[in-house]
Amino acid sequence: MGEQGRAGVLVLLVDDYPDNRDIYVQFLTYSGLRVEEAENGHEALEKAFALLPDVIVMDLSLPGLDGWEATRRLKGDPRTRHIPVVVLTGHALAGHSQGAMDAGCDAFITKPCLPERLLEEIRTILDGAPRPRSES
Amino acid sequence: MAAARTSAARPRLRPRSVGEAERRLELLEALLQAAHPEECARRALGWLQRRAGVRRGVCLATHIGEGEARLIPLASVGVPPARLRGFGVDLEARDHPLTQAIFSRRSTVLPSNGHAPSTPLGAAPVQAIPLRALEPGAPPAGLLLLTPLSPAGAADAQWLSRVLGPRLFALAATTHLHETGEQLRHEHTLLYSIINTVTDPILLTDADGRIMIANARAEALLATGEDQSEGRRRAVALNNMLFSAVLSRHALEGAAAPRREVPLADPVDGSDLLFEVLSTVTSDAREGTGVVSVLRNVTDLQRATVEIEENYRRLRQTESEARAEKDRLELVIDSVADPIIVTDPGGNIVMMNAPAERLFTVPDADGEEAQRIVQANDAHFSSFVSNVFFEADARRRSGSISLVDPRTGIALPMEAISGKIVSEHAEVTAVVTILHDRTEELERARLYEELKKASAELERKVREATSELVHQNELLRRSHIELEQASTLKSQFLANMSHEFRTPLNAILGYTSMLLKGVSGEMTAQQRRNLERIDSNSQHLLSIINDILDISRIEAGKMPLTVVNFTIAELLREVLAEVEPLIARSHLTLSTELAEDLPSVGSDRQKVKQIVINLLTNALKFTPQGWVKVLAAWDSVQERVTIAVADSGIGIAKKDQDVIFEDFRQADNSPTRRYTGAGLGLAICRRLASMLDGELAVRSAPGAGSTFTLSIPRMRKAE
Repeated sequence: MGEQGRAGVLVLLVDDYPDNRDIYVQFLTYSGLRVEEAENGHEALEKAFALLPDVIVMDLSLPGLDGWEATRRLKGDPRTRHIPVVVLTGHALAGHSQGAMDAGCDAFITKPCLPERLLEEIRTILDGAPRPRSES
Repeated sequence: MAAARTSAARPRLRPRSVGEAERRLELLEALLQAAHPEECARRALGWLQRRAGVRRGVCLATHIGEGEARLIPLASVGVPPARLRGFGVDLEARDHPLTQAIFSRRSTVLPSNGHAPSTPLGAAPVQAIPLRALEPGAPPAGLLLLTPLSPAGAADAQWLSRVLGPRLFALAATTHLHETGEQLRHEHTLLYSIINTVTDPILLTDADGRIMIANARAEALLATGEDQSEGRRRAVALNNMLFSAVLSRHALEGAAAPRREVPLADPVDGSDLLFEVLSTVTSDAREGTGVVSVLRNVTDLQRATVEIEENYRRLRQTESEARAEKDRLELVIDSVADPIIVTDPGGNIVMMNAPAERLFTVPDADGEEAQRIVQANDAHFSSFVSNVFFEADARRRSGSISLVDPRTGIALPMEAISGKIVSEHAEVTAVVTILHDRTEELERARLYEELKKASAELERKVREATSELVHQNELLRRSHIELEQASTLKSQFLANMSHEFRTPLNAILGYTSMLLKGVSGEMTAQQRRNLERIDSNSQHLLSIINDILDISRIEAGKMPLTVVNFTIAELLREVLAEVEPLIARSHLTLSTELAEDLPSVGSDRQKVKQIVINLLTNALKFTPQGWVKVLAAWDSVQERVTIAVADSGIGIAKKDQDVIFEDFRQADNSPTRRYTGAGLGLAICRRLASMLDGELAVRSAPGAGSTFTLSIPRMRKAE
């Protein structure tokens, strides 16, 4: 599958650390994906409901509403339930990944995560899951 | 006796006339009618008085008495009775005139003389006419004494004497016979009534066993009448058989036979009777041989004997039991170690056992002191016991008395318990007292007090020690909590640090990676080389952070263990794939050797993999040239799987082989060391191996390469 095949895919990237957002935005855009950013949980929910992205990349440690809660709400809402959530966190302890799975995330990646690794994960998720966008 | 003179004229016997014959006939009739000799004699004398002119006359009769024959007066006429009273002549006295007259056989005249009168008729001459019986040899029947007698009268007297003699004899005989018969009847009746009054059956049997004489009791048992019932007749018949059997046995065995008993039945009521038979053989010339048997009723005697024997036996038994009981009691009393004393109401000791004797008797060999002690003991004891007697209501009394052992002089504090023995009339007959030596008890009480004191002291010390311990424990607990808190804080800190490190490191690595990928355009070779250095150092920093995180997770117990089934072959394929870049960069030969019988393994796959990657990475890192081998084997005995990573590298000196497993250590820890790394790899591996119940060992020598061997159980028990 060529990069052009991904054209039009919208990724919502949620991270409170601007440099990390910048890296992934640069690389994903470079790789041909559209990227929207959010820097906290509330913003993430607003944009998710507004934009209904194809995939959401979620950091767990967020100011205000954290990543676990944001994921739980997304997965609890019929509008966004189908959108895959890739959790990306610097927390490497076992409890964190379990908590994320419980919240309903679809993939879990521990930082550090090279940009190409994230792209690969996004591709895997999108290839494995049907595109439910047509419904909405 | 010259005076006797025979009559000159022969008396005329025949009657001289019809008138005379009639008169004689009249006398004969009178004599025949007389029933007694006296009457007969009186009539004869009367006739002589009337017919022959006799004024006085006496008829004497021969009386045969006991052993003597006497001539006594039978009847008289014209004689005062006083003269006849007590008169009698012994016929043995032959020189007596009357005796001579009677034996002279003819009529004689006894002259009168001046001597004492020999006849009751006084001094006048007396005609004595003997009277005789007709039977020859019979004694003279009597003597007629008459006076005076004319010749005619003499003839009548002579005739009369011939008639009167036989008549008197006959009458005397008849009277005698009659009297004898009466006598015999009387005696017979008397004897019968005598033997009938005897309650024992008495009987006389003849030689054939027939009953000749039996008294009433014997008849009742052995004789039967026609009017008696069938049952009685049978009983009598049976009795006769039994009695005959006894008699015949007696006849066989003779007089020497022992006393014999015969059981008979009472025909009246049928009860069983037992008689003792005493038999005596009597021999009589006229009656022949007979047996006199006296049966003594011993039924009651037998019963009484049996009863007495039984009573005696019971008495003996009771006595023996009583004696046994007494022996037992004495044994019991004597075997009691405590002194026991029985006292009577007078305060006297009537019984005591051996221990009591030691207190209240003076030993032979001991002197005055012992005597004094015994007296004191006695006084104390008597005082106690008298109180017991005087206490009316209480049956028991206990108290303490102080006695002293007479032998040793040692004081004996005694507890005395007295009990009254009360008779059925509610009188106190005795008091039993038991003394119990309280020395040991008091000693025990004293020891107990000491023990209690010591125990209290000990308890106090223990309490102090315990409170100190509690205090120490509290301190420990606090410090433990503090340590836990510190540990938690440390783990939290490390987790946070890890997160905080990663976020900027993520940015560094990310930017470097993008630059190297040419996202921002082309670079010079120098720029690319420098960027690669940044990348390499960043990676190293990341691995250090990861190692630190692993160590802290293991130490905090937060490393999860996930046991799954997997095969070693599959695992090794993955490992080799992951380290492929390293292998490719090295110039080493890598080979694997897997045993054919290698089973699948139940363990934490991720941790096994981490260990093997670590070992393999190390081998590649420390082997400049040569080979690296991975060998997997199965120890079926220990049920363990081993994975060994061997290399032909630089090797490790013996002294360093422990050091390499320590945290942050490498064999060469110098600042100028050739090999980079945090030195945490093997420390983590050993910890992980331990989590899997496995072991990690090294075999190596400098320059000879190293072999690290992981050994894990085939099945790790899930936690």
